[in-house]
Amino acid sequence: MSETISLLLLSSWQTIYMVLISVFIATAFGIPLGILLLITDKGHILQNGPLNKVLGTIVNIFRSVPFIILLIALIPFTRFLVGTSIGTTAAIVPLSIAAIPFMGRLTETSLREVGRGIIEAAQAMGASPFQIITKVLVPEALPSIVSGITITTINLVGYSTMAGVIGGGGLGDLAVRYGYQRFMPDIMLYTVIILVVMVQLTQMLGDFAVRQFSRNR
Amino acid sequence: MIFIKNLTKVYHSDSGDVKALDGVNLHIKKGEIFGVIGLSGAGKSTLLRCINMLERPTSGSVEIDGVEMTSLSPNELKEMRKKIGMIFQHFNLLNSRNVRSNVAFPLEIAGVDKKTINKKVEKLLELVGLSDKANSFPSQLSGGQKQRVGIARALANDPKVLLCDEATSALDPQTTLSILNLLKDINKKLGITIVLITHEMNVIKQICHSVAVIEQSRVVEQGSLLEIFSNPKTETAKNFLKSVTLSELPEELKERIRNLDHSHLEGRIVKIGFFGEVTAEPVISTIVKKFDVDANILYGNIDHIQDTPYGMLVVELRGKNGGAVSAIEYLKALGLKVEVLENV
Ligand SMILES: Nc1ncnc2c1ncn2[C@@H]1O[C@H](COP(=O)(O)OP(=O)(O)O)[C@@H](O)[C@H]1O
Ligand SMILES: [Mg+2]
Repeated sequence: MSETISLLLLSSWQTIYMVLISVFIATAFGIPLGILLLITDKGHILQNGPLNKVLGTIVNIFRSVPFIILLIALIPFTRFLVGTSIGTTAAIVPLSIAAIPFMGRLTETSLREVGRGIIEAAQAMGASPFQIITKVLVPEALPSIVSGITITTINLVGYSTMAGVIGGGGLGDLAVRYGYQRFMPDIMLYTVIILVVMVQLTQMLGDFAVRQFSRNR
Repeated sequence: MIFIKNLTKVYHSDSGDVKALDGVNLHIKKGEIFGVIGLSGAGKSTLLRCINMLERPTSGSVEIDGVEMTSLSPNELKEMRKKIGMIFQHFNLLNSRNVRSNVAFPLEIAGVDKKTINKKVEKLLELVGLSDKANSFPSQLSGGQKQRVGIARALANDPKVLLCDEATSALDPQTTLSILNLLKDINKKLGITIVLITHEMNVIKQICHSVAVIEQSRVVEQGSLLEIFSNPKTETAKNFLKSVTLSELPEELKERIRNLDHSHLEGRIVKIGFFGEVTAEPVISTIVKKFDVDANILYGNIDHIQDTPYGMLVVELRGKNGGAVSAIEYLKALGLKVEVLENV
């Protein structure tokens, strides 16, 4: 029994570790990507057709590759980046790479909801593009961006269950190796329960943050 | 102050080109409130947005205080825009900021230090009468209050010009009036040149010194408010005036006039229009005495554009020995607009 518990604890920790660091990286790169996708669009503050096209295409390619394939295809890149292609830390690379374009698109959509008129008002006051991004677009879209981070996190919890393929461990791996291959249905059940709880908690935390950021709106 | 010369703007869109402005010429004097009136789609917003280059003119020139706006570099334009305030029909406030920091926003952009910003914001909120709402958020304000925030924000960097794009069109009549009075006040107190566009003659009538009428991308008429009011040349101007001058007679009055007995000698029904200092009423008593006519007032109205009274009277004149005819001549000689109503 205590062995089961320590297995569950270790796997839970691996999942949390993978997901948290990936969310952090995805947010750090995904939000700027989303901003770029928006402002380089036609008629926007830093319109740039070619750049917009290139970014859009890259994002679409990464978003259309199934994660399980991305996980394997990125092995050389992962090895180059972190020195090894197996293990929990190695799994962070494909997780982040999958989540960055996702976060980028979500952010772009959030920012697009900021009214044209508000941006124009800022332009009419002599705001620079940088000021428009930092003082208008992002603060105005913040609740929506935060809800995008929540969605990305929940997605990453799902993706992380495939990390076992490259020896990343985590709850999904535990469920497959013990629950399925060694036929231990109780472990299977526990992992599912823990995953459900993780997703619920993430959503609750996310909703709470959104409410905080959208007070008075 | 503002010289607009030969301004043309063509929008290119997938469904073809739209010429939104076609050779517009305007001169807006320093310190005046200049109104541009036109129907929806006439090109008003485009004209206003070409003044601060939110929209790049296709050709022509816009000169503000000797600065040619069309040839400014992006950085020069940013600096220039800080001296041109703008308010909008839908206010365009930042929902993430409270009133205080909405007003502080343009000052932050201009890189003003915190202490100066705080002082300035207090003053501006006082000016627009919103000191007690400093910590409210836009969602907690009424339309009129939002526009006051918009005005305070537009004034933050002490602009020389204030551009108003249908600033009262989303407001009810009473709120409209209070916002217009605020603008008038600001114009007087701060000497700011105001350019406002609207589709409502009532707005023009309340506060503008000069007017331009825009129709299908062209300015078809312009002049001082009194000129346009007393002597509109184009159909468009006349149509806009109808909404505020009540020059149409009510239907029941027309009916009454039709049924009056025209058979007696020298009966005349006249409509006397007046504008400015010569008001009609004292004149009536004069003609009664002078020409020995009976004057029966059938209908009348009087209103003011800013400080000038205007209106009209419909009077039935009865006299003997050509008295009514002479009375009419006399009224005309006084500079009143007299129209004999035979068949209404
Ligand atoms: N961004 C745009 N792209 C294409 N056509 C436009 C654009 N903005 C305005 N127009 C067109 O230009 C004309 C004038 O518009 P506008 O200046 O907004 O008129 P108003 O403010 O008098 O209602 C209209 O026919 C409108 O459809
Ligand atoms: Mg308009």
